[in-house]
Amino acid sequence: MSDALIRITDLTRSYVMGDETIHALRGVTLDIGRNEYVAIMGPSGSGKSTMMNVLGCLDTPTGGEYWLNRQEVSRLSDDALARVRNQEIGFVFQTFNLLPRASALHNVELPLVYAGLRTRERRERAAGALERVGLGHRMGHRPNELSGGQRQRVAIARALVNQPSILLADEPTGNLDSGTSEEIMRVFGDLHAQGQTVIMVTHEPGIAAYAERVVVLRDGRVESDRLRRDAAA
Amino acid sequence: MRLAEAVRMALRTIVAQKLKSFFSLIGVLIGVTFLIAVVSIVQGMNVYVKSSVTDVLGGLNTFQLRQRPIFVNGNVGADQWREWNRRPRISYADAEYVRTRVSVPATFTQFCSDRVTMQYNGKLAKGIELRGTEESYFDLMGWKLASGRPFVSQEVRLGAPVLVLGALVADKLFEGRNPLGKSVVVSGIPYRVIGVVEAQGTMFGISKDKFAVMPLRAPARRVLCPHNMLDQLMVHTADEPSLLAAVGQVQSVMRVRRQLHPEQSDNFTIETAKEALSFWDRISTILFTLLPGLVVISLVVGGIVIMNIMLMAVAERTREIGIRKALGARRRDILAQFVVESTTLATVGAGLGITLGIGLAFAIKALTPLPAAVALWSVFAAVALGMGVGIVAGVYPAYRASKLDPIDALRSE
Repeated sequence: MSDALIRITDLTRSYVMGDETIHALRGVTLDIGRNEYVAIMGPSGSGKSTMMNVLGCLDTPTGGEYWLNRQEVSRLSDDALARVRNQEIGFVFQTFNLLPRASALHNVELPLVYAGLRTRERRERAAGALERVGLGHRMGHRPNELSGGQRQRVAIARALVNQPSILLADEPTGNLDSGTSEEIMRVFGDLHAQGQTVIMVTHEPGIAAYAERVVVLRDGRVESDRLRRDAAA
Repeated sequence: MRLAEAVRMALRTIVAQKLKSFFSLIGVLIGVTFLIAVVSIVQGMNVYVKSSVTDVLGGLNTFQLRQRPIFVNGNVGADQWREWNRRPRISYADAEYVRTRVSVPATFTQFCSDRVTMQYNGKLAKGIELRGTEESYFDLMGWKLASGRPFVSQEVRLGAPVLVLGALVADKLFEGRNPLGKSVVVSGIPYRVIGVVEAQGTMFGISKDKFAVMPLRAPARRVLCPHNMLDQLMVHTADEPSLLAAVGQVQSVMRVRRQLHPEQSDNFTIETAKEALSFWDRISTILFTLLPGLVVISLVVGGIVIMNIMLMAVAERTREIGIRKALGARRRDILAQFVVESTTLATVGAGLGITLGIGLAFAIKALTPLPAAVALWSVFAAVALGMGVGIVAGVYPAYRASKLDPIDALRSE
């Protein structure tokens, strides 16, 4: 496990709200290796959103260690975290979070803009990513001209365009019907088959079932961590 | 993120919200329009007044010896007027005295004028400025004749009843027919027209062609000036050093002639083109002092409008900021994005203002007698000011945007 992509040790995260201190994570220890497909589950209030934010380097833990790709990221500055998000993490959100006024192509280009790539290379790579998710013919469309499934695929293309270490999805099918959900899960499955590490936060067991490994959080702690074969048994 | 990228992004946002963008840059637009238009007009008047004043006075190397000044700076008190009116006028004898005693090479031209009515074949021309002078006056004014000839020194010596008409007067009395050799009546005496001066155009809407010139001693001299008196003696020299020398000599010669004690001040006036221009210089100095104030006020207002719009934009686009941060935008990227956006906005406003200001200046030139000449420096100043306003107005909203927490920003609607 020494070459784990993600190594989390005794991670805590607490918020001060008025006089109260809320402990969202109370000491989570977790390793995730390269090319794993992990679902993080849990009821609301279990800390899975906080977990997702910390994993995605949007938030920093109060205590513990978080090693991502052999780099300790829990104490980094804002700008260094932005760099890590840009290079290591591809986000897929429940609400897609595309820029409404920009075309699909331009949306996919955004991470490359912040990576400092030149226009031509950006165009090529963004177009390539869109083709990879089967939207090569929709590049000039704006999000509101696309269906929910197509929007989520644009978001996936955007997440992948920088070749991140982790694809981090937060309830990726939460706003989609079951047919489209299946379609998106197939895309995730294909990506995983091609070697992409996928981490997905969800509360739907049916969606979690697509993953190889399911981590269940409860009250800010890991309640169970099983490979799917075990879960099925 | 490179600057060109940020500017392109900003332009995309501005174009996507045309109406809102227009309203937010209207303050800068008005300020810059105003700057360009006023500077253009003042500049135009500057060029114009300088050439006109030297026209009236007969070039930069000419000065006048007069009873009192024509061009007056500021308010003149009643005492000053009384003192001016008490002064003796410049007489023919004074002119002769000065002419024979000044050693600097110079041309002396005696001059007298008043408004008269002229008559030809039953047609009247009223309010014509009749100038009695010497043959050197034509050279002094640098005139070209449209037809005929100027009068010559013999005619001046004899006081021959001949006239050279301004273009407007010729037009009015003769309506296109040839005036040469015709006889025009001034105060009951017929004068033969020997020449017509080329049209000089207008100054502030007033024609410069409403005049006639006759030899100083022609019969109508009694109408123009009191007996043996002049309005002014014009002295023309080759260059500025000799002008200064001539001014000094004329002053001391006149003081001797008027028998002034050293403690007495001059009871005559020596007026140079430079002095006359100081009047206009003062006006344009005042305008150029007031102008920055007015421009600054409208730019400050414009800047506040842009700052407000940018604060609104930050609030409205919180989610966009969250998305950008999640995708790897650093604080300085977000800061740059919004500063560049407001700067681009203000610069676009300045650009429109420059176009509008130049348009306005030319419209004023076309529709009113005021002249206009676009000053290149004002265009550069406008662009610089526009960008400055954009940067200053953008920094605070951009700072707020850059400080947003990505998680909260992503969650916002």
